[in-house]
Amino acid sequence: MIEPNRQGDVWVVAEQNDGELHDVGLELLSKGRELADRLGVKLAAVLLGAQVEANAQRLIQHGADRVIAGEHALLAHYQTNPYAKVIAQLIQEHRPQIVLFGATPLGRDLAPRVASTVRAGLTADCTDLDIGEHVEAHSSARYENLLYQIRPAFGGNIIATIVNPERWPQMATVREGVMRMPDADAKRRGEIVRFTPKLKPDDLALKILEHQRTTRKVNLKAARVIVAGGAGVGGKENFRLVWDLASALGAAVGASRAAVDSGWIDKDHQVGQTGTTVRPALYIAVGVSGAVQHRAGMSEAKKIVAVNSDPGAPIFGVAHYGIVGDLNRVLPMMIDAIKKRA
Amino acid sequence: MAYNLVVLVKQVPDTKRITGEAMRDDGTVNRSALPAIFNPEDLHALELALELRERYGGRVTVLTMGPPQACEVLRQSLERGADEAALITDRRAAASDTLATSYILACAVRKAAAEAPVDIVLCGRQAIDGDTAQVPPQTAEKLGWPQITYVDAVEEVAGRRLRAHRRTGAGWERVETSLPCLLTVTDEGPAPRPASAKRLMAVKKARARAEIQMEVGGAMPDASPEVRAAEVDKRAAALATKNLLIKQWTLDDINADPARCGRDGSPTKVKRIQSVVLKGSGFKKVEPTPEAVTSMIHELIEDHTIG
Repeated sequence: MIEPNRQGDVWVVAEQNDGELHDVGLELLSKGRELADRLGVKLAAVLLGAQVEANAQRLIQHGADRVIAGEHALLAHYQTNPYAKVIAQLIQEHRPQIVLFGATPLGRDLAPRVASTVRAGLTADCTDLDIGEHVEAHSSARYENLLYQIRPAFGGNIIATIVNPERWPQMATVREGVMRMPDADAKRRGEIVRFTPKLKPDDLALKILEHQRTTRKVNLKAARVIVAGGAGVGGKENFRLVWDLASALGAAVGASRAAVDSGWIDKDHQVGQTGTTVRPALYIAVGVSGAVQHRAGMSEAKKIVAVNSDPGAPIFGVAHYGIVGDLNRVLPMMIDAIKKRA
Repeated sequence: MAYNLVVLVKQVPDTKRITGEAMRDDGTVNRSALPAIFNPEDLHALELALELRERYGGRVTVLTMGPPQACEVLRQSLERGADEAALITDRRAAASDTLATSYILACAVRKAAAEAPVDIVLCGRQAIDGDTAQVPPQTAEKLGWPQITYVDAVEEVAGRRLRAHRRTGAGWERVETSLPCLLTVTDEGPAPRPASAKRLMAVKKARARAEIQMEVGGAMPDASPEVRAAEVDKRAAALATKNLLIKQWTLDDINADPARCGRDGSPTKVKRIQSVVLKGSGFKKVEPTPEAVTSMIHELIEDHTIG
């Protein structure tokens, strides 16, 4: 067990797949920067791989003061045990106060293994982080400057704030797409601490026989406008209208889980807790009832327009504009209005 | 070669059916107002275990941690074909976070291995109440075993080697590891079979001791503690002869250190819970007419939302 270290750094574990840096690591640097500045400590990124130089520079440009870069041929392709072993050793050696991971499939495979090794607390899938005090209810013990780990629970029906008062580091995985991506500053300077982890082939518990990366065909996270269809669209044919509206707006097409499960549209388009979290300037929800799992992925959009024939649909609860009506009539009106605007 | 398989399952509130009644005024969730169900992805883990037993032979043991009511998911596992089930129940385990829970489950797997070494532990990827997916990797770490997460198929188990297909989010992998190991199974894993009618009848009466105690307490409210205890013993013995007594383990039975369980063993504390309140009626109602829709589009253009 590791005692609290108030001088400890804030760490972001940056994820790279076969040499390519994952966006979530950069997103975490913006939040990590804010936390480190409030605590008056340094922000470090941990980067492991077979080659780390290029990505280490990028992490510095995006806000890291220091990159702890472990290079080893056995770290070329991610697998749980060697990565967890190296990160747990680094934590024991440097005693950071906060360690953040992306809540990606990789981060959610790795972080619990590390937390269990160092016997620290870990909060999954946070959507926000903050620094604050805490008074323990049963002992009245008071703690300053703890990490508030804020996350939805119970299928998104509640928001819980979690703290780790006594056993550090304070560890959390953070959902992709919820933190702002910082701008790169090519002039930013930082320190790269290179080391060669002690690993032997036995540390590789898995043999990766074959692997394939499928690139997402749609980039919902980058879209300024999203038109999303749900169960209310009623069928693949009707989804045509959703695509038509999106094309009139130059928007990306999103979907609720119900529409994906019905086979009307590919899973890459899914918005929500099990899909992509988006924060576009405009989100038009068509025939989306607005289950909590869906709202969790889109309620941060700046403007939300909901079109639904059911006036009681929960989607209206987060909407800025609500149109109760048949989408087969409303969507052509919208397309018409957009085309006539000039 | 036959394998000894252990499936870790959880009874969860059906969070997809949450209604206003399930939320208390202070914003906390009233779990008892929600239907309790078998965690959906755990059913896929159980199915994979049953299929492996059919392919290679062996035994399927199902473990759950929870109050006596959680025996319901153990009975449902027996109905689907599990060979054996055990309930881990102890007040000192209450309020365990994922770290403490994984410690308890790892102790329980070791206990299950006391009779015959366990080859594969299978879990659902995550539970729908917490959605953390943390307990299985933490359990694997405590056992010192390799983990393969997000498995949708086991291609082959040959001797002491297992090959699985897993989803990585950014694609897929085929991986091989040595036994013993722990797998987490997604809802893209094999579809759960229904309970067999024959098994359903056969295991309908299966009970853990804690459930018998509750039943006896209800049936003999005026009896003395001694009389009730004797009745519990009698009923438990009768079930045991029919192989219908669900095993029940306390922390002591599984050699768990109470300091690593429950509130004391949990580094994370819940500071605050807020219910998600919909902003409600905060939206501008737009009539489904061409004029109203056009005026909305104009507003969105004017405030530079689109343009």
